[in-house]
Amino acid sequence: MSSAAIQHGQGEQEWQPSKGVIGMTCLIIAESAIFTIFVVAYLFYIGRDTSGPTPKQVLEVPWFYSVCLLSSSLFIVLAEHAIEHGKMLAFRVWWLVTMALGAIFLYGTAAEWRKLIVEDHLTISTNLFGTTYYALVGLHASHVIAGLLMMLVTAVFALTGALKPAHAKRVKVLALYWHFVDAVWLVVFTVVYWIGR
Amino acid sequence: MSETTIPIPSGAVASERGTYLETIHSWIVTVDHKKLGIMYIVYALLFLVIAGVEALLMRIQLSAPNLHFLSPQTFNRMFTMHGTTMVFLVGMMILFGFGNYLIPLMIGARDMAFPRLNAFSFWLSAFAGMLLYFSFIGGSGLPGTGTAPDVGWFAYAPLTERAFSPGHTIDYWTVAILANGIGSIGTSINILATVFCMRCKGMTLMRLPLLAWIYATMSFLTLVAISPLTAAQAMLMMDRYLGAHFFDTQAGGSAILWAHFFWIFGHPEVYVLVLPAFGFANEIIPVFSRKAIFGYPAMVAASVGIAFISLSVWAHHMFTIGMTSYGNAFFTLSTMLVSVPTGIKIFNWLATLWGGRIRFQTPMLFAIGFLFQFLIAGLTGIMLSISAWDWQLHNTYFVVAHFHYVLVGAIIFMIFSALYYWYPKMTGRMLDERMGKWHFWLMVIGFHMTFDLMHIPGLLGMPRWIYTYGADRGWGTLNMLVSIGGGIQGIAILLFVINMVWSYFKGPHAGPDPWDAWTLEWSTASPPPVYNFAREPVVESRRPLWDLKHPEDPDSAFD
Repeated sequence: MSSAAIQHGQGEQEWQPSKGVIGMTCLIIAESAIFTIFVVAYLFYIGRDTSGPTPKQVLEVPWFYSVCLLSSSLFIVLAEHAIEHGKMLAFRVWWLVTMALGAIFLYGTAAEWRKLIVEDHLTISTNLFGTTYYALVGLHASHVIAGLLMMLVTAVFALTGALKPAHAKRVKVLALYWHFVDAVWLVVFTVVYWIGR
Repeated sequence: MSETTIPIPSGAVASERGTYLETIHSWIVTVDHKKLGIMYIVYALLFLVIAGVEALLMRIQLSAPNLHFLSPQTFNRMFTMHGTTMVFLVGMMILFGFGNYLIPLMIGARDMAFPRLNAFSFWLSAFAGMLLYFSFIGGSGLPGTGTAPDVGWFAYAPLTERAFSPGHTIDYWTVAILANGIGSIGTSINILATVFCMRCKGMTLMRLPLLAWIYATMSFLTLVAISPLTAAQAMLMMDRYLGAHFFDTQAGGSAILWAHFFWIFGHPEVYVLVLPAFGFANEIIPVFSRKAIFGYPAMVAASVGIAFISLSVWAHHMFTIGMTSYGNAFFTLSTMLVSVPTGIKIFNWLATLWGGRIRFQTPMLFAIGFLFQFLIAGLTGIMLSISAWDWQLHNTYFVVAHFHYVLVGAIIFMIFSALYYWYPKMTGRMLDERMGKWHFWLMVIGFHMTFDLMHIPGLLGMPRWIYTYGADRGWGTLNMLVSIGGGIQGIAILLFVINMVWSYFKGPHAGPDPWDAWTLEWSTASPPPVYNFAREPVVESRRPLWDLKHPEDPDSAFD
């Protein structure tokens, strides 16, 4: 393997957007389309069940966990600012707070599923509500898990000192994904716990 | 970020000096956009031959009434595999191959934005093809007891549910489409990031070659169109494996929802496939007319317009499923609206030809064939967009003839044109002109014999997906002619394969710029070195090579 150094002019970064941001934006567009299909399926099947349990009987609004997830967007912004200004200690703190809030949210989803399965006997094959509910919420939870794993890797690098303020742009790309995961929760929350109930 | 070190595999050197094993290894581990592009194209051409053979088998079966060449079961598998292969493994992959190969060269970059993602996407898509065809071997669960998917390429629910499709053939189909879709999304992200972030100095968006513009549009369309299919496949898998009820009509699920989800993907997919064909035409027609493209901004606007309009036409595939009259009117009108930007494109190509000094070499011949055939395909499209007409002809051979006019008459013709045009760049050798002309004329004769005549049995009421028909229907002669036309196309493509192999070893050397063209890929050697450009190019107009060759009358003076 040989390597070639590629010089980038200083002006180039000015007139062309960063490829990380464009790439992540494109991924978000694609993911939005996937979520749209699952949301449409959820809305389409609301109230079409002939047998229970229905959303009204078993779902409780997860206010606390939603606040946790949505506020984590705030803390990741603080982390972005910290690394941009070279404050690595503050970055680590805010980053870990973001992760903790994400993990709490994930616990909330897990606890809700446990209750639905064990107490209410609602599984994915019980009825249309079960099918669409587990698919949509599960799709979102899997995105939370993916985000947490990526943030965990970043956290390891941050704690071992491998992550430098020079990497601020990459951290911003990851933060963009996390903002998307949070924004999607607003939609899922509205559809599942407000319209669907 | 002033300096980045990008590892470049020493593949080009190894392929000339190394052992076979080293050569194969260098292709497998490569992240070079040119090698990946060529692998995409070769892989797609292999599947073009396989799916072509499947089509010919079907045509033999249909050539006369009451034949028993294929069993009804095999016939169902053949049309399913033919459609799925042609759309996902031939169309998508060959077009992504050209995109991969050409875009960095055209915009003066050294590679795609994300080379590793590029390799990942290719191998994932390639793996999908293997999975799909593995169903022939292992589709029933035990090795050697295979069948193949037999539900049609759009796999309407609830036929795909466990109750109606036991065994694993549908599982192979759905996993293959899912994997292929993820590969396509990866490549689309890559193309968009490349076009927007990797342009050389002076390459503003309004100086971008139209092919790059179109690939960016097509990639955006892929992101918003393939993702719904991926989502629907995930739902289908949940139905089959976890007992969910998305499309399970016995438990209240909706079969129509699948139809909507599929066609939300399915119709934009047509434009995903045809837009790159427009892109090739935008590059090839001007070069062989010796004129700059007519109406560059209108071409860009029309491409983007097609992409957006195509997102709102999907239910014209579903007129017979039943909609309100408002729904019918909406989808009829939105479908007709597509003909406005496509009409703009056709007029711009004609205006480019007008007054040009046209060179009738093989790439241009195929491009002109494309112009005529695409126009006719569009006209039958407008006929079918009228819902009342569609009620009469839905699922007949008229529809089959219409969309093959688009897929073969427009897209495959433009792919041939592009292969003749860029083969010298990829291999350093020219394709043989005489064989090329034979290929073109045989293809034209075979194509029109097959697909012009195929409209008529459709009008006479012959439905698609029937494995045979009675002699008293009066469809026999027409079907025989259609099948003979298919055979002629097969011979033409065989000739093309021979031409490609022969010219690779014996063709005349091409040199860097055999067509006297104007875009950046012709400024570097054929085949280009691994790093593409020794020095990063700087452009000042839409035709940088014209500026170099004609310093007394540069485009940049008018830019």
